[in-house]
Amino acid sequence: MPVLSLRNLRVYYGTGGAPVRAVDGVDLDIEAGQVVGLVGESGCGKSTLGRGILGLLPEGARADGQVLYGGRNLVELPARELRALRGPELGLIFQEPMTRLNPLLRIEQHFAETLRQHEPKLDERDIRRRSLETLGRMGIPPTRFRQYPHEFSGGMRQRIMIALALVLRPKLLVADEPTTALDVIVEAQILRILADLKENFGTALLLITHNLGIVAESCDRVAVMYAGRIVEEGRARDVFAEPAHPYTRELLRSTISLDTTELHSIPGAPPNLIDPPRGCRFHPRCPDAMRVCAAQQPLQLQPAPDRRVECWLHGPVPEAFEGAREPLARGPIAVAEEA
Amino acid sequence: MAGQGTSLRVYLITRIALVLPMVFILLTFVFLLMRVAPGDPISASLGGHVPQPVINQIKHQLGFDKPLYVQYGNYLWDILRGNFGSTITDRRPVSDIILTNGAATLELTFFAMIVAVVVGVLVGLVAGRYRDTPLDVGGRLFGIVVYATPVFFLGLMAQLLFGSTLGWLPTSDRASPITQATLQTHTNIFTLDAIIDGNWGDLGDVVLHLILPATTLGLVTAGVFIRLIRVNVIRTLRDDYIEAARARGIGERAVVYRHAFKNALVPVITVVGLTTAGLLGGAVLTETTFNWPGIGHELVLYLENRDYTAVQGIIVVFGLVVVAVSVIIDFVNAFIDPRIRY
Amino acid sequence: MAAPAELRTPLPVSRVLWRGTRRMLAPVAGAGGFAKVMLLVGAGITAFFVLVALLAPVISPYAFDQYSSGGHRFAQLAAPSSGHPMGTTVQSTDVLARVIWGTQTELKVVVVSLAFALAVGVPLGLVSGYFSGPLDRALVLLMDALYAFPYLLLAIVIAFLLSNSIGKGVLTAAIAISGAYIPLYFRVVRNHVISLREEPYVEAARALGARPFTVIRRYVFYNVVQNVPPIATLNAADAILTLAALGFLGYGIQPTEAAEWGYDIQRAVSDAASGIWWTGLFPGLAIVLLVTGLTLLGEGLNETINPVLRRRAVAKFELPAVPPSADIVEP
Repeated sequence: MPVLSLRNLRVYYGTGGAPVRAVDGVDLDIEAGQVVGLVGESGCGKSTLGRGILGLLPEGARADGQVLYGGRNLVELPARELRALRGPELGLIFQEPMTRLNPLLRIEQHFAETLRQHEPKLDERDIRRRSLETLGRMGIPPTRFRQYPHEFSGGMRQRIMIALALVLRPKLLVADEPTTALDVIVEAQILRILADLKENFGTALLLITHNLGIVAESCDRVAVMYAGRIVEEGRARDVFAEPAHPYTRELLRSTISLDTTELHSIPGAPPNLIDPPRGCRFHPRCPDAMRVCAAQQPLQLQPAPDRRVECWLHGPVPEAFEGAREPLARGPIAVAEEA
Repeated sequence: MAGQGTSLRVYLITRIALVLPMVFILLTFVFLLMRVAPGDPISASLGGHVPQPVINQIKHQLGFDKPLYVQYGNYLWDILRGNFGSTITDRRPVSDIILTNGAATLELTFFAMIVAVVVGVLVGLVAGRYRDTPLDVGGRLFGIVVYATPVFFLGLMAQLLFGSTLGWLPTSDRASPITQATLQTHTNIFTLDAIIDGNWGDLGDVVLHLILPATTLGLVTAGVFIRLIRVNVIRTLRDDYIEAARARGIGERAVVYRHAFKNALVPVITVVGLTTAGLLGGAVLTETTFNWPGIGHELVLYLENRDYTAVQGIIVVFGLVVVAVSVIIDFVNAFIDPRIRY
Repeated sequence: MAAPAELRTPLPVSRVLWRGTRRMLAPVAGAGGFAKVMLLVGAGITAFFVLVALLAPVISPYAFDQYSSGGHRFAQLAAPSSGHPMGTTVQSTDVLARVIWGTQTELKVVVVSLAFALAVGVPLGLVSGYFSGPLDRALVLLMDALYAFPYLLLAIVIAFLLSNSIGKGVLTAAIAISGAYIPLYFRVVRNHVISLREEPYVEAARALGARPFTVIRRYVFYNVVQNVPPIATLNAADAILTLAALGFLGYGIQPTEAAEWGYDIQRAVSDAASGIWWTGLFPGLAIVLLVTGLTLLGEGLNETINPVLRRRAVAKFELPAVPPSADIVEP
């Protein structure tokens, strides 16, 4: 029984004109204690997805579909009940740790506030004990409990944020690019903490990132997101060994390692989410695009056990379509509109 | 890490050291302005009927016939010892004016500032929190209109309404003649003096006299606070740690009050310091309107009499007060916000 | 690919101006909510007063110091009536006429003094900010010291000093007000220039060998000048209050020169004791209305141009019905 299930989740943002379709029909399951990586380029909607799960969307955004947690659909939950879940059941840590703590409050006060909000019966000693214990697991000594945020480095602040998220023992933690703003060594420390969540806290983790490397290292499963949809999903090791979707394949080829001799990039730019391309959204940039790809949205298929992919390469094409599998003829790929 | 006390002390000393050049420039500027301006100060203030030998004698007495740099040196040296010169017209030491009338101005500006802060903060908080709702629109309009109202106009209308028409409140002076006779002046700050003596009857009278001038001046100044607090609340509500607190399920009430409002109010102290200058200017006008015997009132009288040294001395004092307030404000700020210390 | 011939002919000046204005005003169109309303209402009120000032000779029933008509002296301190909609003063002048003529006075003085303050403060700030050095440091110290000083007191002192030489009047008031605002413009422009100086494109220009004045003129000036309208409008509001205050204290326009609202209010103080309200109320309301209009305009400009405070108008939408989609297909 998964801890969290997303079924056809859509999150749209309002603009001056037509809405931005940031998340456009996503299905995903996360089992208890699992570490699931969500990868994609900037602007593919992964942050929106993470925030959408907790219901932390800005004004002008609308969501529908299902976010199933504990037998309830969070999308339809009233605000107060949703708020009660944030902290003790669902947690979220952000990308930029430097600005996520209130500069006027001590760390002690941050913890006291969080604990008192959700467990009002706790007394001072319990609050202190639990806070120090969680902080200790993150490597923050008790002597620093009464200090102010500006007295900590970026890496330490991120660890404090993680501790704050975990002190209430949530079942699922969403981490939105938690190490992007940190240097490599600190990143490794944070990742180790996150990878050990299952053992130490029993918490499932949704790790949102654009860095394939850390997903390969830390995640059990991976979901690849493009233009608001999940195009491939499966066991991390399998997906990286044998990617089914051309986008995943191209992403992997673009990664730089010590063996890289030549730089490879995916031509073109991520599509406009207000008016995404017809058919498969990746078809303008896909090296294997066929005629059917530009015409119809691909079906969800299972090319291998425990693998999901949305791509016409792996399955039957619609019968009536003539020349469906012929290569797609298109002009030179447009230079990036947005950096 | 250095203890809190040491860093605060260092901050204070550094701050004072930084402000000394500004004080110096201000003093020099006032001096030059007075000397360099066209026209002869002595004859201007004494009127046209005084015979030349008398004028020369007074000039000599006041040191106006010495070379410029000697005058400058004496001027600075005097100020260092607290001597701000004497008036030409009635040979009164400026420091005497400060001591006698200063208390009145202090009392007025103090209570006016309280009105300004209370009204300004309340309206600003509400406007910022409920942005773009009728509450916000109303609050902003209130702030704008109140700021657009000249303090002497508001005072005049208040006098008309509450004084002449309704007869509820007194419209001039600090206290009725009876109270002035019976009140024992220790500090010359009437409210304090009345409290010290437990003289509740006199206290009531003094407060009644304070209401119109202090509220008028305070309301006009509140506009500045409303604008600032509102913008700050809006900005703070957008800060990252607010989102992070919401992600932890902190209730909206706590988020707004404990995080947003508290952080938004941090610059209030600074704004109090910045508005002091404007408040002093407004005090001059208020004291004139309400016949309040403060330094501003005296300044206007001496201006009418073209008394250069009096004007110079009073302006210097005003300048020093503004500078002193800004240093105090910075110090209080460093005390509250742990991030600001050198 | 060469541009088609039509695009290469120069566009008429009117077209260019129209496009430029459209581009400048674009943020206004996209702004949501109250900011736009403020801007429009403020512009309307200001325009109204400007019109009144320009048309004063035409629309005012009497001259500002006129106390009789056709041989009959007007009533003294007459309450508002059909003949004198805003009543008369103790000198038998018509309050409405004085309010209308006063509009001209206020706007005249404020425009002149602001132009002067801008003409002095902006170039000083530009040069000081761009070149730095000892001159800059000295100027900054001086301007900071003055900036901390109350506007009104500074204006009063300048007016006081000038009154002994050139006498009280329009010129004195204008110089006094502009003197008080020069530090502000200096400071704002200088700060902006300093932050711009470090911009990569300015550095690039310098690296290419552009002469300092060219850099200032091409890159820095236009950027900085963009910031000036909201500040200038808000300062115009302040300047009117200062002018009225000077008039109230007797250092503004002389009664023989022109009508001035602050002066009128000062005269009305003695009327208040007898319960006479119209001599003070109307000039005062005129001040409140004009300053409010200018402030609304300035704040509206600020909110629409300043991207931090701007709220984009967001269109409400409904999520479209889920298209008949493919379900998971087993191989």
